[in-house]
Amino acid sequence: MYPSRFRYQAPTSIEEAIALLSSLEDAKVLAGGQSLIPMMKLRFANPANLVDINNIPDLGYHRAETDGSFRIGALCRHADLEKSKILGEHQPLLAAAAPLVADPIVRTRGTFVGSVCHADPQGDWASCMVALGGSIVAQGPNGKRTIPVKDFVSGPFTTVLAHDEIAVEAVIPAAQGTRTGGYLKLERRVGDFATAAAAVSLDMSGGVVKDAGIGLTGVGPQTINASEAAEALIGSSLEDDVVERAAELAAAASSPQGDHRGSAEYKRHIISTFVSRIIVNVQRAEMQVA
Amino acid sequence: MTSLFEELQPTIADDIQTTRVDIRINGESKAAQIEPRLLLAHLIRNGFRLTGTHTGCDTTNCGACTVLLDGAPVKSCTVFAVQANGHEVTTVEGLATASELHPIQEGFKDEHGLQCGFCTPGMMLSAKALLDENPNPTEDEVRWALSGNLCRCTGYQNIVKAVLRAAAKMRGEA
Repeated sequence: MYPSRFRYQAPTSIEEAIALLSSLEDAKVLAGGQSLIPMMKLRFANPANLVDINNIPDLGYHRAETDGSFRIGALCRHADLEKSKILGEHQPLLAAAAPLVADPIVRTRGTFVGSVCHADPQGDWASCMVALGGSIVAQGPNGKRTIPVKDFVSGPFTTVLAHDEIAVEAVIPAAQGTRTGGYLKLERRVGDFATAAAAVSLDMSGGVVKDAGIGLTGVGPQTINASEAAEALIGSSLEDDVVERAAELAAAASSPQGDHRGSAEYKRHIISTFVSRIIVNVQRAEMQVA
Repeated sequence: MTSLFEELQPTIADDIQTTRVDIRINGESKAAQIEPRLLLAHLIRNGFRLTGTHTGCDTTNCGACTVLLDGAPVKSCTVFAVQANGHEVTTVEGLATASELHPIQEGFKDEHGLQCGFCTPGMMLSAKALLDENPNPTEDEVRWALSGNLCRCTGYQNIVKAVLRAAAKMRGEA
Protein backbone atom coordinates (compact mmCIF):
# COMPACT_ATOMS: atom_id res chain seq x y z
CA MET A 1 0.00 0.00 0.00
CA TYR A 2 1.23 3.47 -0.87
CA PRO A 3 0.25 6.64 0.90
CA SER A 4 -1.13 9.57 -1.12
CA ARG A 5 1.47 11.81 -2.67
CA PHE A 6 3.03 14.36 -0.30
CA ARG A 7 5.97 16.73 -0.28
CA TYR A 8 8.80 15.86 2.07
CA GLN A 9 11.32 18.00 3.91
CA ALA A 10 13.89 16.97 6.50
CA PRO A 11 15.16 20.09 8.29
CA THR A 12 18.19 19.93 10.55
CA SER A 13 17.09 22.37 13.25
CA ILE A 14 13.92 22.90 15.28
CA GLU A 15 13.71 26.52 14.16
CA GLU A 16 13.83 25.47 10.53
CA ALA A 17 11.16 22.82 11.16
CA ILE A 18 8.87 25.38 12.84
CA ALA A 19 9.37 27.81 9.96
CA LEU A 20 8.34 25.06 7.54
CA LEU A 21 5.25 24.21 9.60
CA SER A 22 4.31 27.92 9.67
CA SER A 23 4.64 28.34 5.91
CA LEU A 24 3.26 25.03 4.66
CA GLU A 25 -0.40 24.13 4.29
CA ASP A 26 -1.56 20.87 5.83
CA ALA A 27 1.78 19.70 7.22
CA LYS A 28 2.43 16.88 9.69
CA VAL A 29 5.54 16.22 11.74
CA LEU A 30 7.13 12.81 11.10
CA ALA A 31 9.10 11.40 14.05
CA GLY A 32 9.07 7.59 14.53
CA GLY A 33 6.23 7.23 12.05
CA GLN A 34 4.96 4.00 13.57
CA SER A 35 1.41 5.34 13.80
CA LEU A 36 1.50 8.06 11.13
CA ILE A 37 2.86 5.91 8.29
CA PRO A 38 0.30 3.09 8.76
CA MET A 39 -2.45 5.72 8.92
CA MET A 40 -1.16 7.31 5.71
CA LYS A 41 -0.99 3.93 3.98
CA LEU A 42 -4.59 3.22 4.99
CA ARG A 43 -5.44 6.77 3.81
CA PHE A 44 -6.84 7.74 7.22
CA ALA A 45 -4.27 10.55 7.12
CA ASN A 46 -3.40 12.38 3.91
CA PRO A 47 -1.12 15.29 4.81
CA ALA A 48 0.07 17.38 1.85
CA ASN A 49 3.43 17.93 3.52
CA LEU A 50 5.62 15.94 5.87
CA VAL A 51 8.28 17.58 7.98
CA ASP A 52 10.65 14.80 9.06
CA ILE A 53 12.41 15.76 12.31
CA ASN A 54 14.71 12.70 12.41
CA ASN A 55 17.67 14.69 11.08
CA ILE A 56 17.51 17.24 13.92
CA PRO A 57 20.37 16.46 16.32
CA ASP A 58 20.20 16.14 20.11
CA LEU A 59 16.52 15.23 20.50
CA GLY A 60 17.03 11.59 21.49
CA TYR A 61 17.74 12.18 25.19
CA HIS A 62 16.04 11.12 28.38
CA ARG A 63 17.53 12.42 31.60
CA ALA A 64 16.97 13.32 35.23
CA GLU A 65 17.57 17.02 35.93
CA THR A 66 19.13 18.37 39.12
CA ASP A 67 15.77 19.85 40.15
CA GLY A 68 14.33 16.31 40.22
CA SER A 69 12.32 16.65 37.01
CA PHE A 70 12.73 14.14 34.21
CA ARG A 71 12.89 15.10 30.54
CA ILE A 72 12.38 13.06 27.39
CA GLY A 73 13.32 14.50 24.00
CA ALA A 74 11.17 14.30 20.86
CA LEU A 75 13.33 11.60 19.25
CA CYS A 76 13.75 9.36 22.30
CA ARG A 77 12.60 5.94 21.05
CA HIS A 78 10.60 3.42 23.08
CA ALA A 79 13.63 1.09 22.89
CA ASP A 80 15.89 3.79 24.39
CA LEU A 81 13.60 3.81 27.43
CA GLU A 82 13.27 0.03 27.54
CA LYS A 83 17.06 -0.34 27.60
CA SER A 84 17.70 2.69 29.80
CA LYS A 85 20.12 2.35 32.72
CA ILE A 86 18.56 5.25 34.63
CA LEU A 87 14.83 5.07 33.98
CA GLY A 88 13.94 2.45 36.63
CA GLU A 89 15.61 4.38 39.42
CA HIS A 90 13.86 7.68 38.59
CA GLN A 91 10.60 6.69 36.90
CA PRO A 92 9.55 3.14 37.84
CA LEU A 93 6.15 3.57 36.17
CA LEU A 94 7.75 4.38 32.80
CA ALA A 95 10.23 1.53 33.22
CA ALA A 96 7.31 -0.86 33.78
CA ALA A 97 5.46 0.39 30.70
CA ALA A 98 8.39 0.60 28.26
CA PRO A 99 8.60 -3.14 27.42
CA LEU A 100 4.81 -3.30 26.93
CA VAL A 101 4.57 -0.66 24.18
CA ALA A 102 3.81 -2.24 20.79
CA ASP A 103 6.42 -4.89 19.82
CA PRO A 104 10.25 -4.88 19.85
CA ILE A 105 10.61 -3.82 16.20
CA VAL A 106 8.15 -0.94 16.48
CA ARG A 107 9.92 0.10 19.70
CA THR A 108 13.22 0.68 17.90
CA ARG A 109 11.58 3.34 15.76
CA GLY A 110 8.55 4.82 17.56
CA THR A 111 9.01 7.72 19.96
CA PHE A 112 7.64 8.53 23.41
CA VAL A 113 6.62 12.10 22.55
CA GLY A 114 5.15 11.01 19.21
CA SER A 115 3.00 8.45 20.98
CA VAL A 116 1.60 11.10 23.34
CA CYS A 117 0.95 13.43 20.36
CA HIS A 118 -0.82 10.67 18.44
CA ALA A 119 -3.39 10.78 21.30
CA ASP A 120 -4.69 7.29 20.64
CA PRO A 121 -6.93 6.26 23.57
CA GLN A 122 -4.98 2.99 23.33
CA GLY A 123 -1.63 4.74 23.81
CA ASP A 124 0.36 3.55 26.82
CA TRP A 125 2.52 6.61 27.35
CA ALA A 126 -0.31 9.14 27.59
CA SER A 127 -1.78 7.19 30.53
CA CYS A 128 1.62 7.16 32.23
CA MET A 129 2.01 10.89 31.68
CA VAL A 130 -1.45 11.57 33.10
CA ALA A 131 -0.61 9.48 36.17
CA LEU A 132 2.71 11.31 36.63
CA GLY A 133 1.23 14.78 36.12
CA GLY A 134 3.58 15.22 33.17
CA SER A 135 3.56 17.90 30.48
CA ILE A 136 4.47 18.39 26.86
CA VAL A 137 6.70 21.30 25.89
CA ALA A 138 5.45 22.74 22.59
CA GLN A 139 7.71 25.05 20.61
CA GLY A 140 6.29 27.44 18.01
CA PRO A 141 7.29 30.65 16.24
CA ASN A 142 6.70 32.60 19.49
CA GLY A 143 8.70 30.33 21.76
CA LYS A 144 7.82 27.50 24.10
CA ARG A 145 4.79 26.68 26.21
CA THR A 146 4.28 23.83 28.63
CA ILE A 147 0.96 21.97 28.49
CA PRO A 148 -0.07 19.33 31.09
CA VAL A 149 -0.86 16.09 29.25
CA LYS A 150 -4.34 15.94 30.81
CA ASP A 151 -5.12 19.19 28.93
CA PHE A 152 -2.89 18.42 25.93
CA VAL A 153 -5.05 15.56 24.71
CA SER A 154 -8.37 17.12 23.73
CA GLY A 155 -10.06 14.04 22.27
CA PRO A 156 -9.38 10.82 20.40
CA PHE A 157 -6.38 11.43 18.09
CA THR A 158 -6.63 15.15 18.84
CA THR A 159 -4.37 17.49 20.80
CA VAL A 160 -4.23 21.22 21.44
CA LEU A 161 -0.93 21.49 19.52
CA ALA A 162 -1.13 24.37 17.01
CA HIS A 163 -0.29 23.68 13.35
CA ASP A 164 3.04 25.53 13.65
CA GLU A 165 4.10 23.95 16.95
CA ILE A 166 6.32 20.94 17.55
CA ALA A 167 6.19 18.86 20.75
CA VAL A 168 9.90 19.04 21.50
CA GLU A 169 9.99 17.43 24.92
CA ALA A 170 8.03 15.63 27.64
CA VAL A 171 8.58 16.77 31.23
CA ILE A 172 7.74 14.85 34.38
CA PRO A 173 7.75 16.85 37.60
CA ALA A 174 9.98 16.02 40.58
CA ALA A 175 8.67 13.47 43.08
CA GLN A 176 7.34 14.52 46.48
CA GLY A 177 9.32 11.88 48.34
CA THR A 178 10.12 8.55 46.74
CA ARG A 179 8.40 7.75 43.48
CA THR A 180 7.01 4.26 42.93
CA GLY A 181 4.28 2.84 40.74
CA GLY A 182 3.64 0.44 37.95
CA TYR A 183 1.87 -0.33 34.70
CA LEU A 184 -0.19 -3.39 33.89
CA LYS A 185 -1.61 -4.14 30.46
CA LEU A 186 -3.78 -6.97 29.24
CA GLU A 187 -3.24 -7.75 25.57
CA ARG A 188 -4.29 -10.82 23.63
CA ARG A 189 -0.87 -11.05 22.01
CA VAL A 190 2.25 -8.92 21.79
CA GLY A 191 1.70 -5.78 19.74
CA ASP A 192 -2.09 -5.88 19.93
CA PHE A 193 -3.93 -2.93 21.37
CA ALA A 194 -4.67 -3.25 25.07
CA THR A 195 -7.90 -4.87 26.20
CA ALA A 196 -7.33 -2.55 29.16
CA ALA A 197 -4.32 -1.13 30.97
CA ALA A 198 -3.68 0.96 34.07
CA ALA A 199 -0.85 3.29 35.12
CA VAL A 200 -0.44 4.10 38.81
CA SER A 201 2.12 6.54 40.17
CA LEU A 202 2.71 6.98 43.91
CA ASP A 203 4.98 9.48 45.62
CA MET A 204 5.68 8.06 49.10
CA SER A 205 7.30 9.54 52.17
CA GLY A 206 7.54 7.69 55.49
CA GLY A 207 4.98 5.14 54.34
CA VAL A 208 2.43 7.84 53.53
CA VAL A 209 1.20 8.68 50.02
CA LYS A 210 2.13 12.32 49.31
CA ASP A 211 0.90 12.38 45.75
CA ALA A 212 -0.73 9.89 43.41
CA GLY A 213 -1.97 9.64 39.86
CA ILE A 214 -3.89 7.03 37.88
CA GLY A 215 -4.21 6.93 34.09
CA LEU A 216 -6.26 4.35 32.18
CA THR A 217 -5.61 3.01 28.67
CA GLY A 218 -8.12 1.67 26.18
CA VAL A 219 -11.23 2.01 28.33
CA GLY A 220 -12.79 5.17 26.90
CA PRO A 221 -12.84 7.57 23.96
CA GLN A 222 -9.57 9.05 25.24
CA THR A 223 -6.94 8.47 27.90
CA ILE A 224 -8.70 8.58 31.25
CA ASN A 225 -7.45 10.55 34.20
CA ALA A 226 -8.89 8.72 37.23
CA SER A 227 -8.27 11.67 39.52
CA GLU A 228 -10.87 10.77 42.17
CA ALA A 229 -9.34 7.34 42.55
CA ALA A 230 -5.87 8.89 42.91
CA GLU A 231 -7.09 11.43 45.48
CA ALA A 232 -8.53 8.61 47.57
CA LEU A 233 -4.97 7.34 48.02
CA ILE A 234 -3.35 10.64 49.03
CA GLY A 235 -2.62 10.91 52.74
CA SER A 236 -3.20 7.19 53.30
CA SER A 237 -0.71 4.47 54.10
CA LEU A 238 -2.30 2.26 51.45
CA GLU A 239 -4.52 0.38 53.90
CA ASP A 240 -6.53 -2.45 52.29
CA ASP A 241 -9.86 -0.60 52.38
CA VAL A 242 -8.28 2.53 50.83
CA VAL A 243 -6.77 0.50 48.00
CA GLU A 244 -10.06 -1.25 47.40
CA ARG A 245 -11.90 2.07 47.29
CA ALA A 246 -9.38 3.56 44.83
CA ALA A 247 -9.68 0.49 42.59
CA GLU A 248 -13.48 0.84 42.60
CA LEU A 249 -13.26 4.55 41.78
CA ALA A 250 -10.83 3.87 38.92
CA ALA A 251 -13.21 1.28 37.46
CA ALA A 252 -16.05 3.79 37.81
CA ALA A 253 -13.98 6.45 36.00
CA SER A 254 -13.47 4.18 33.01
CA SER A 255 -16.07 4.10 30.26
CA PRO A 256 -15.17 1.07 28.15
CA GLN A 257 -17.15 -0.30 25.24
CA GLY A 258 -17.66 -3.99 24.77
CA ASP A 259 -15.92 -5.36 21.68
CA HIS A 260 -14.11 -8.47 20.44
CA ARG A 261 -11.56 -8.01 23.24
CA GLY A 262 -14.16 -8.27 25.99
CA SER A 263 -17.35 -6.81 27.45
CA ALA A 264 -17.48 -3.42 29.13
CA GLU A 265 -18.06 -5.13 32.47
CA TYR A 266 -15.01 -7.34 31.97
CA LYS A 267 -12.80 -4.35 31.13
CA ARG A 268 -14.00 -2.47 34.22
CA HIS A 269 -13.17 -5.51 36.29
CA ILE A 270 -9.66 -5.58 34.79
CA ILE A 271 -9.15 -1.93 35.70
CA SER A 272 -10.08 -2.41 39.35
CA THR A 273 -7.95 -5.59 39.54
CA PHE A 274 -4.94 -3.90 37.90
CA VAL A 275 -5.07 -0.79 40.09
CA SER A 276 -5.10 -2.80 43.30
CA ARG A 277 -2.53 -5.28 41.96
CA ILE A 278 -0.07 -2.51 41.08
CA ILE A 279 -0.39 -1.04 44.57
CA VAL A 280 0.00 -4.44 46.26
CA ASN A 281 3.11 -5.10 44.12
CA VAL A 282 4.55 -1.74 45.22
CA GLN A 283 3.91 -2.59 48.87
CA ARG A 284 5.54 -6.03 48.50
CA ALA A 285 8.60 -4.48 46.88
CA GLU A 286 8.88 -1.93 49.72
CA MET A 287 8.62 -4.67 52.34
CA GLN A 288 11.50 -6.51 50.67
CA VAL A 289 13.64 -3.37 50.78
CA ALA A 290 12.75 -2.69 54.44
CA MET B 1 18.78 15.80 -40.76
CA THR B 2 15.36 15.93 -39.22
CA SER B 3 14.07 12.74 -37.83
CA LEU B 4 10.49 11.70 -37.95
CA PHE B 5 10.84 9.92 -34.66
CA GLU B 6 12.94 10.71 -31.66
CA GLU B 7 12.53 8.89 -28.42
CA LEU B 8 12.18 11.24 -25.48
CA GLN B 9 12.58 10.55 -21.79
CA PRO B 10 9.19 10.78 -20.11
CA THR B 11 8.95 13.91 -18.03
CA ILE B 12 7.80 13.86 -14.46
CA ALA B 13 5.05 16.36 -13.67
CA ASP B 14 6.49 19.49 -12.08
CA ASP B 15 4.50 19.20 -8.90
CA ILE B 16 5.72 15.69 -8.13
CA GLN B 17 8.72 15.79 -5.86
CA THR B 18 11.46 13.25 -6.35
CA THR B 19 14.64 13.05 -4.39
CA ARG B 20 17.94 11.23 -4.63
CA VAL B 21 18.82 8.72 -1.96
CA ASP B 22 22.18 7.12 -1.30
CA ILE B 23 21.96 3.98 0.77
CA ARG B 24 24.53 1.38 1.73
CA ILE B 25 22.74 -1.91 1.44
CA ASN B 26 24.53 -5.08 2.54
CA GLY B 27 27.81 -3.17 2.30
CA GLU B 28 27.18 -1.99 -1.26
CA SER B 29 26.53 1.68 -2.13
CA LYS B 30 23.33 2.24 -4.08
CA ALA B 31 21.63 5.38 -5.31
CA ALA B 32 18.10 5.95 -6.57
CA GLN B 33 15.79 8.78 -7.58
CA ILE B 34 12.52 8.22 -5.74
CA GLU B 35 9.26 9.78 -4.66
CA PRO B 36 9.26 10.38 -0.92
CA ARG B 37 6.17 8.22 -0.45
CA LEU B 38 8.06 5.13 -1.61
CA LEU B 39 8.39 2.73 1.30
CA LEU B 40 11.75 1.22 2.16
CA ALA B 41 10.35 -2.30 1.61
CA HIS B 42 9.39 -1.38 -1.96
CA LEU B 43 12.72 0.26 -2.75
CA ILE B 44 14.50 -2.87 -1.53
CA ARG B 45 12.25 -5.32 -3.39
CA ASN B 46 11.21 -3.51 -6.56
CA GLY B 47 14.02 -1.00 -6.87
CA PHE B 48 17.08 -2.96 -5.78
CA ARG B 49 15.50 -6.34 -6.65
CA LEU B 50 16.43 -7.83 -3.31
CA THR B 51 13.33 -9.94 -2.93
CA GLY B 52 14.38 -11.74 0.23
CA THR B 53 12.62 -9.02 2.21
CA HIS B 54 8.95 -10.00 2.28
CA THR B 55 5.93 -7.78 2.71
CA GLY B 56 3.37 -9.72 4.67
CA CYS B 57 0.62 -7.72 6.33
CA ASP B 58 1.70 -4.28 5.06
CA THR B 59 0.18 -2.83 8.27
CA THR B 60 3.10 -2.93 10.76
CA ASN B 61 1.91 -6.12 12.43
CA CYS B 62 3.74 -9.16 11.11
CA GLY B 63 7.44 -8.27 10.92
CA ALA B 64 8.11 -10.23 7.68
CA CYS B 65 9.60 -7.06 6.15
CA THR B 66 12.07 -6.54 9.02
CA VAL B 67 15.49 -5.24 7.94
CA LEU B 68 18.29 -3.68 9.96
CA LEU B 69 18.61 0.09 9.68
CA ASP B 70 21.99 1.04 11.11
CA GLY B 71 21.94 -2.29 12.93
CA ALA B 72 18.50 -1.86 14.55
CA PRO B 73 15.51 -3.89 13.38
CA VAL B 74 12.76 -1.87 11.64
CA LYS B 75 9.65 -2.84 9.73
CA SER B 76 10.61 -1.67 6.25
CA CYS B 77 6.94 -1.29 5.27
CA THR B 78 6.73 1.44 7.92
CA VAL B 79 9.78 3.53 7.04
CA PHE B 80 9.92 5.79 3.98
CA ALA B 81 12.84 4.94 1.73
CA VAL B 82 13.90 8.58 1.77
CA GLN B 83 14.46 8.24 5.52
CA ALA B 84 17.18 5.67 4.88
CA ASN B 85 19.18 8.22 2.87
CA GLY B 86 22.76 8.19 4.14
CA HIS B 87 22.13 5.15 6.30
CA GLU B 88 23.10 1.50 6.27
CA VAL B 89 20.55 -1.24 5.54
CA THR B 90 21.04 -4.97 6.04
CA THR B 91 18.63 -7.42 4.42
CA VAL B 92 18.59 -11.20 4.54
CA GLU B 93 20.80 -11.22 1.41
CA GLY B 94 23.50 -9.60 3.57
CA LEU B 95 23.75 -12.56 5.96
CA ALA B 96 25.38 -15.29 3.87
CA THR B 97 28.71 -14.94 2.10
CA ALA B 98 29.31 -16.46 -1.33
CA SER B 99 30.69 -19.62 0.23
CA GLU B 100 28.84 -20.12 3.49
CA LEU B 101 25.63 -19.49 5.34
CA HIS B 102 25.48 -17.20 8.34
CA PRO B 103 25.29 -19.15 11.64
CA ILE B 104 21.72 -17.89 12.07
CA GLN B 105 20.79 -19.37 8.70
CA GLU B 106 22.56 -22.61 9.63
CA GLY B 107 20.61 -22.64 12.88
CA PHE B 108 17.29 -22.35 11.03
CA LYS B 109 18.38 -25.13 8.67
CA ASP B 110 19.64 -27.46 11.40
CA GLU B 111 16.68 -26.97 13.73
CA HIS B 112 14.03 -26.93 11.01
CA GLY B 113 13.18 -23.36 12.02
CA LEU B 114 10.90 -22.77 9.06
CA GLN B 115 8.08 -24.38 7.17
CA CYS B 116 6.71 -22.07 4.46
CA GLY B 117 9.60 -19.67 4.99
CA PHE B 118 7.68 -16.44 4.48
CA CYS B 119 8.43 -14.98 7.92
CA THR B 120 11.99 -16.35 8.00
CA PRO B 121 13.95 -13.34 6.63
CA GLY B 122 12.35 -11.08 9.24
CA MET B 123 12.89 -13.64 11.98
CA MET B 124 16.56 -13.95 11.10
CA LEU B 125 17.17 -10.20 11.11
CA SER B 126 15.42 -9.76 14.46
CA ALA B 127 17.59 -12.64 15.70
CA LYS B 128 20.73 -10.95 14.34
CA ALA B 129 19.89 -7.71 16.12
CA LEU B 130 19.40 -9.66 19.35
CA LEU B 131 22.63 -11.68 19.06
CA ASP B 132 24.68 -8.62 18.10
CA GLU B 133 23.62 -7.07 21.40
CA ASN B 134 23.32 -10.18 23.58
CA PRO B 135 25.45 -13.14 22.41
CA ASN B 136 24.17 -15.41 25.19
CA PRO B 137 20.39 -14.96 25.43
CA THR B 138 18.05 -17.12 27.47
CA GLU B 139 15.08 -18.79 25.80
CA ASP B 140 12.81 -16.09 27.26
CA GLU B 141 15.00 -13.35 25.83
CA VAL B 142 14.86 -14.97 22.38
CA ARG B 143 11.06 -15.22 22.57
CA TRP B 144 10.86 -11.61 23.70
CA ALA B 145 13.13 -10.37 20.89
CA LEU B 146 11.12 -12.26 18.26
CA SER B 147 7.73 -11.21 19.63
CA GLY B 148 7.27 -8.66 16.84
CA ASN B 149 7.63 -11.35 14.15
CA LEU B 150 4.62 -13.53 13.44
CA CYS B 151 4.86 -17.10 12.14
CA ARG B 152 1.72 -18.98 11.11
CA CYS B 153 3.38 -22.37 10.59
CA THR B 154 5.85 -23.44 13.20
CA GLY B 155 4.41 -22.57 16.57
CA TYR B 156 7.78 -20.86 17.17
CA GLN B 157 9.38 -23.85 18.97
CA ASN B 158 11.97 -24.58 16.31
CA ILE B 159 12.57 -20.90 15.55
CA VAL B 160 13.56 -20.35 19.18
CA LYS B 161 15.76 -23.46 19.10
CA ALA B 162 17.35 -22.23 15.85
CA VAL B 163 18.30 -18.89 17.39
CA LEU B 164 19.68 -20.51 20.54
CA ARG B 165 21.73 -22.89 18.39
CA ALA B 166 23.00 -19.99 16.28
CA ALA B 167 23.97 -18.13 19.44
CA ALA B 168 25.97 -21.14 20.65
CA LYS B 169 27.63 -21.45 17.23
CA MET B 170 28.55 -17.80 17.19
CA ARG B 171 30.08 -18.14 20.65
CA GLY B 172 32.11 -21.06 19.28
CA GLU B 173 30.34 -23.63 21.49
CA ALA B 174 28.70 -25.76 18.82
